Formats: sequence, C-alpha cells, structure tokens
Amino acid sequence: MNKTLTALALVLATATPALADLVVPSLSYRTGPYAPNGIPYADGFADYFTMLNERDGGIGGEIVQVPECETAYNTEKGVECYESTKGSGALVYNPLSTGITYQLIPKVTADGITLYTPGYGRTSAANGKVFANVFNYPANYWDGASIIIKDILGHEGGSLEGKKIALVYHNSAYGKEPIRTLQELAKKDGFELIEIPVDHPGQEQKSQWLQIRRDKPDYVIMYGWGVMNAVAIQEAVNIKYPMDHFYGIWWSGSENDVTPAGEGANGYKSISFHGTGSDYPVYADLKKYVYDAGKAAGDGTNPGNVLYSRGMYAAMIISEAIRTAQAATGHAAVNAAEVRDGFESLDLTEARLTELGLPGFAQPIKATCADHGGPGTAMIFQWDAAAKKWNAASDWISADADVIDPLIAEDSAAFAAENKIAERCN
Amino acid sequence: MPDQVLYAMEAGLNGLMAGVMYALVALGFVLIFKASGIFNYAQGVLALFAALTLVGFQDGQIPFAHLINAIFGTELHNFGWTLPAFVAIVLAAAVMVLLAMVIERYVLKHLVNQPPIILFMATIGMAYFLEGLGDIMWGADIKKLDVGIPQGINDTIESVTDSLLGYGFFIDNLDIVASVVAALLVISLTLFSQYSKQGRALRAVADDHQAALSVGISLRFIWVLVWSIAGFVALVAGIMWGSKSGVQFSLSLIALKALPVLMLGGFTSIPGAIVGGLIIGMGEKLFEFFVGPMIGGATENWFAYVLALLFLVFRPQGLFGERIIERV
Repeated sequence: MNKTLTALALVLATATPALADLVVPSLSYRTGPYAPNGIPYADGFADYFTMLNERDGGIGGEIVQVPECETAYNTEKGVECYESTKGSGALVYNPLSTGITYQLIPKVTADGITLYTPGYGRTSAANGKVFANVFNYPANYWDGASIIIKDILGHEGGSLEGKKIALVYHNSAYGKEPIRTLQELAKKDGFELIEIPVDHPGQEQKSQWLQIRRDKPDYVIMYGWGVMNAVAIQEAVNIKYPMDHFYGIWWSGSENDVTPAGEGANGYKSISFHGTGSDYPVYADLKKYVYDAGKAAGDGTNPGNVLYSRGMYAAMIISEAIRTAQAATGHAAVNAAEVRDGFESLDLTEARLTELGLPGFAQPIKATCADHGGPGTAMIFQWDAAAKKWNAASDWISADADVIDPLIAEDSAAFAAENKIAERCN
Repeated sequence: MPDQVLYAMEAGLNGLMAGVMYALVALGFVLIFKASGIFNYAQGVLALFAALTLVGFQDGQIPFAHLINAIFGTELHNFGWTLPAFVAIVLAAAVMVLLAMVIERYVLKHLVNQPPIILFMATIGMAYFLEGLGDIMWGADIKKLDVGIPQGINDTIESVTDSLLGYGFFIDNLDIVASVVAALLVISLTLFSQYSKQGRALRAVADDHQAALSVGISLRFIWVLVWSIAGFVALVAGIMWGSKSGVQFSLSLIALKALPVLMLGGFTSIPGAIVGGLIIGMGEKLFEFFVGPMIGGATENWFAYVLALLFLVFRPQGLFGERIIERV
C-alpha cells in the first residue's frame, strides 16, 4: 500500500509543475476548423518561454511551465481547460478566443488570476476601474476600427463625406464588436456604413459579395476568423474588388488568409499591433536555444509569420509583467495576485524592447490602475503576393480616443452596474 | 427591367450554382445510404482527407513528415518534386479506394447485422480518426489547391447580360465548372447503376441485403465499391470547395451544407441530391436577397434547414426519397 502511495506521489510530482515554477497555461487549439490559426500562435507563445527557460533559466531564475490544454476554439472546452489548470498555480491565461474570454472574466475575477487578451476579448476590459483582472493592451477591436478609418481618411484627403464603407463581419460576439464604433465614426466622418454579416464558418459567401458588387462600397473592412477570411478574399478577387481598398482587422491578416487566393490577394491590407518577419535579433536566440536545440513547439514552418509573432508578443508581455512583479516584490516565485499587480504597473519602453531583441516590434506600454488598454496603436500592412510577405504600409497610427473612450466608459459602466462592481482607482 | 428584378435574377442564378456545390457533397451521403443504409457522418471529413491527399501529392509533400521529424530529429518536408494535377488526382483517387478497403476490412466487416445506429456511431468515430490522420499525414496548415480550374467572374456572361439587360451578371467560372462536373458525375453514376453488372448488384444490395447475398452477390465487395465511389465523389467535392477556400480543416464542415439538401431531396436518390441542392441553393439566396436586409442578414445557414423542414411537412421521405411503410 505504502509503495503504491509512494508511486502515486511520484507520478503526481512529475506530472504537475513544481510548486516553485511559474505556471502560464496555454489554452491553445491545434485541432478543429480553427487549428491553422491556433497552431502558429501557440507555437510562438511556447517557443518564447522555452527560449527564456533555456537561455536565462526562466524568469528571475524561476522556470516557466507552459502546460497546453486543447480548447479546439470551443468555449465549453476552454472553460474546462481553465478549471482543470487553475489549481496548478496558474498565474495568467491567454485563451485566444473572445467567446472563452467572456466566460472567464467572472471566473478570473473571483479567483484573482489575470486574463490577458491582446487585441481580442471584451473591448471595455480596457477600463481597469471595472475590470481589475483583465488586460487587453496594446489595442482592442474598437481601436482597430478607428485606426482603419484613420488610414482611409489619409487616402481620401481627410474627408469621407458621401463615401460608402462596408463591414463584412463574423456573425458572432467578436465580429459584432466594431459595429458601434463604426456607427459613431460614420456619424462623425459622414460616411455610410453597410453592415454585412457572415455566419460561421463562412465557407459560402456568395450573397454577401453579390451585395458588395451591387452596392459598390468605396472600402470594405473585414472582421473575420478562420476560413471566412480566405473565402472573403477569394470572393473579393472574383468580383474584381480593388484589393488596396479592402482592410482586415489583425485577425483577418495572416498568411493563412491570403495564401489560398494566390496572386489575386496582392495589395490586400491588414492592421497589426506588432511587427512581423524573423529579422528581429531575438530570432538569433530562438534559433540557438530553441529551434536548433530541437525544442521548438512546431514543425519549424511558422517562425516569423503573423500569428507566430502574435503568440510571441503575448508571451513577451506576460514575461515582462512577471518580471515587473518580481522586481516589485523582491522575490522570484510570484503568485497570481502579484502578477496581476505586475500587469497593472507594466512599463514597457522602447529601450526595453531593444534589450529583448525586439526593437520596433511594438509600441511602448505604460499601464495604470485605470488603463488596461494600452496605447491603442497599430500599423497597416499590405500583402505582397509575389514575395509572399507583409510590408508595412503606414507608420504607427493611434485610435481616435475621442470616440473610443466614451464608448469604453459607457460599456464598462453598464457591466459594473449589472455585476454590482464598485469602481477602483479613485 | 427594374434593377431589383435583375439583382434577384442574379442572386437566383448564383443560388443554383451554389446548390450544385452543395449537391456534390450530398451525393456522397446518398451513395452510401442507398447501398448500405448508413448515414455516413464522415462524408465531410472524407472530402477534407481527399483534398489534403491531393495537395500533398501535387506538392510532393512527405506524408507524416512532422511525426518522422519529431521521432528521428530529421528535417524532412518535401520530396523535392511536384506532380501534374491529373496524376495527383489519379493517385488521390487510388488512396480513396485504398481507404475504402481499409474501412470495409477494419470497421464495416465487424459490424454486419448491427443496428443502423451502431454503424452511424462507427462513422462518427471514423470522422474523428480521419481528421486526426489527415493532420498527422499532411499537417494542419492551409494549403492552396490549384488544379487549373478557372476562378472569378465569367466575362462573357457579364458582357452578354450587360448588352441584353443593361446589367452584367456575376457568375463564377468555378461554379460553371462545378456544374458541368456534377452533371457528368450524375450521368456516369446513373449509367453505372443502370447498365453495369456491379451497378445492378449495388442496387440489389440496396433493395435487400439478404436476397442479394442469396444470389451470390458479395456484400463486402459492394461495400468497398460504394465507399470507393463515395470517396471519389468526396475528392471531387474537395477539389471544388478547396479551390475556393484553400484546403483547411474547416472543409469538413461543408457537410453541414449537405444536410438540408438530403432532407429535401431524400437520402436515397441521386437526382434528388441534385434537385434538392438546386432548390436549397436558390431558395436561400433569394431569401437572403429579399428578406435578409430586413432582419439583419446572415439568413442562409438557418433558412436552408427551414426550407427543408417545410418540404418535410408535406413529404417526410423527401422529394425523391423512398416511402417506407413498416407494418407490425
């Protein structure tokens, strides 16, 4: 009996992270219809932490454990993953799903764990006064809509009076996020907004693109995910829609989305809150400590692509928040509450990004108790089909805070009233 | 002619074309259900697997490369050659025949005389297995499928309709090719089942398993045959849909588009799959055109099922399905 118990204890000890380790579960999706997007993101996320572990011995001398849990982009499975991993001492979650994020917000708040949702999730979580445990810097869906409109304004001489802009969106909580912002911007800038929903999964979009062909919008903005993006771009090519007038949010702007349309996708635009490509100095260390050492999470085909870079970005921010928490507390084995405080006092400067081997990769972030949303900046990228790469087509553009901030305040106030949350940071 | 009428005509025509694409998927379901009474849940995944295999052959991809690299620490990805589309299609079809033999040998053979629900459950298992196998064999990344089918607006139709009606209709070249292929497929399948020895044997099995066995027809051969044909139809559907969106794992979800077609056309009729597809395709596009804007759009997914249910109220066996009366 004693031997059995000892063996069981040994198995448990080896199967779960050591108590002193920093645990950052990866709620990933490597199976199902959204796997082509989930895999590079999860690879970038895992490889960055592997590099820190191999090169630096973790963060502040503490090894980072990144246990993966497969969600298949399914909200119920995502919640199951959260419940099954939080007991291992999880510090922060990054589920790469707006649906899962909505379900986890009350849970992480109750459990005191951080939910980090860069560029996705609940937009109004940018208001730290209401959402104490949720952070979505550096930019959110509403910022994205505003940045695209600003870029279009730049191409139209500063006026959109009399112009038509169509929003082709995934008919889900995620896809509907920018509608309110675009309606406000339409009032402000004088353009007509045409809303065109596409149901999951978006394999068939003939009706939507016939409508675009009939209505002849001057620009099309897409908030899609998965196969919807590739089909939309192909349909745009089919109706000969000018690609440089077609913009995708950052979730509609990966290599996966443009590759199936081949040469036709040339000139398609998308925005991103981070750089792309493997020209950053950090890749030398990734190559040395991860890829060449045979410790890479994937098959080696993803490094440098958009979604790999985004997974790496999320890992970098989380590691910097942990580092901030360690510096503030004076000990390396930080707990979830201390990491949350680390997120709230994160000060990521351009100099620090350079130290990390990521100069110019992203914009600096200075979080505060009230500001969990960050600078709200992004760049426009344009697809070069011949070279098969994204080229920067703008400098960093800031969102229109005059429009976004009141919307965030309004939405978060409604959430606070509904959930009887008292505002913090006063 | 008023613009709205022209737009509705265009939507209706495109609906008919979309319906052909749905029918291509529905055909595979019909073939297997007709011959063995199995509702093949894995039909969508068969289309995905076939398309993955086709692209893999075309691009000279090494199957199981990721697995081999992980185990042996190698860096294998490609053979270094590419295959012409026709050769790759023939090889992919051969793989589908091989798959049919494996399915018969390791799944169906052991389930003879089991209730239909058991066979249905087995196909659910096969769907998940094949999806995983496809992932391990060929990887989960999105692949461009190019077998030379033209895509984009048909300029001739656009200019002719423009000169005749004052508005150039949009018809996708891919949809035109799909329609021709579907027509050829239906004619071939009909000729095969009516005039070939194997086709007659297939119909005999469909009518009565026991009676067919008693006259010496091999049930195992028929099952291999019908799963091979369904595999080939899945390959055709995979080519058409994969050309449109790239070959990716959501391709298996095209089965969702075939279900209302089957409900409407009947599970046992090849012409029913085509007619059902056309009605569903045109119905959903016209509904979206006329009613969609009033209720927020994105009506097609659910309206296809509503339309199928409406037909079921009056003809529970579907438009072309067999009326089955079981007496106690």
